[in-house]
Amino acid sequence: MPTSAELRDAERAESTYEWDAAPGSDPRAPGLWIYLLVGALFGVVLTKGEAISWFRIQEMFRFQGFHMFGIFATALPTAIVGVQLLKRRWRRTLGGDAIVVPPKHLGSGVRYGAGGTIFGLGWALTGACPGPLFALLGAGVTTMAVAIASAMLGTWTYGRVRTRLPH
Amino acid sequence: MPDILLRPWPWYVAGPLIGLFAPLLLWLGNRLFGVSSNLRHLCAVIAPRGIPYLSYDWRRDGSWNLTFVAGIVIGGLLAGVVFRNPEPVAIADSTRAALASLGIRDLGGLVPRELFAWASLATVRGWIVIVGGGFLVGFGTAYAGGCTSGHGISGVANLEAPSFIALAGFFAGGLLGTFLLLPLVLGLR
Repeated sequence: MPTSAELRDAERAESTYEWDAAPGSDPRAPGLWIYLLVGALFGVVLTKGEAISWFRIQEMFRFQGFHMFGIFATALPTAIVGVQLLKRRWRRTLGGDAIVVPPKHLGSGVRYGAGGTIFGLGWALTGACPGPLFALLGAGVTTMAVAIASAMLGTWTYGRVRTRLPH
Repeated sequence: MPDILLRPWPWYVAGPLIGLFAPLLLWLGNRLFGVSSNLRHLCAVIAPRGIPYLSYDWRRDGSWNLTFVAGIVIGGLLAGVVFRNPEPVAIADSTRAALASLGIRDLGGLVPRELFAWASLATVRGWIVIVGGGFLVGFGTAYAGGCTSGHGISGVANLEAPSFIALAGFFAGGLLGTFLLLPLVLGLR
């Protein structure tokens, strides 16, 4: 068993690079504004593609329509080809840095199965995963602000009980 | 307003476009596409005290992503309000019937108004769907270390085993939620 101090160090190390890559060191790297633009495009695609619709999510989980499956079935190959090409061929970011994708640690795998299932339950209820929560807020479903606040409380609670959960 | 700007996009347009965001963000600045990290960043901004998981430099690690998520809200506003599709979402007839049997009859808009109006928060079922569902989304994505974007698209695009497990979990939970939890919850007033 690792000591609590070791766990804390591991958490700190993980917290910086687990989800978000380090900022680009090159001054040619684009400024923050580009992410506002790309985020807006993503919000438009999610909304126009109806991936933020509670009705579409119900249709998907009931296996009664192809729409959402079609989205995943075309989004995944596109993402796989794009990311693999970047990693293997281009190898450089726009700013000239080496492309680095920090690997996820498998561990026992419990966190992915259990956490994924808990999230899935919430996804079925709200009809929205985190991206759509924010897109719906913009699209005028203002009660999503409450859902987002509650999701933040969920994330905060995970932070509180993290060391007691199997990972 | 020309009709073409209002109409929803078919899956074969939206899907490939959604898939482009993981490589695009990687190329722009080594950013890992994933929205749920923002729930963590927001907690790190507001209440990190005493929690190592939330004690990190969110300005350095999270600024780009918080900006990205602000963009998502703007995108939702553009596509969902300014260029709003006036028609109901064209879901399958069988889904309409299934939802009607659960008491969901208003199929206008992107979400059922019966559940997501502010007045719904005064009902048990509305409270469970909005507050309970939101909590599960936040807790589950943090525990799993990612959501539909971070695991489902980014992680799978990087061919990572954890993300395939997480994706299976998302679906298992979604099926349980749809066929066990939702019928129970929607039966409440």
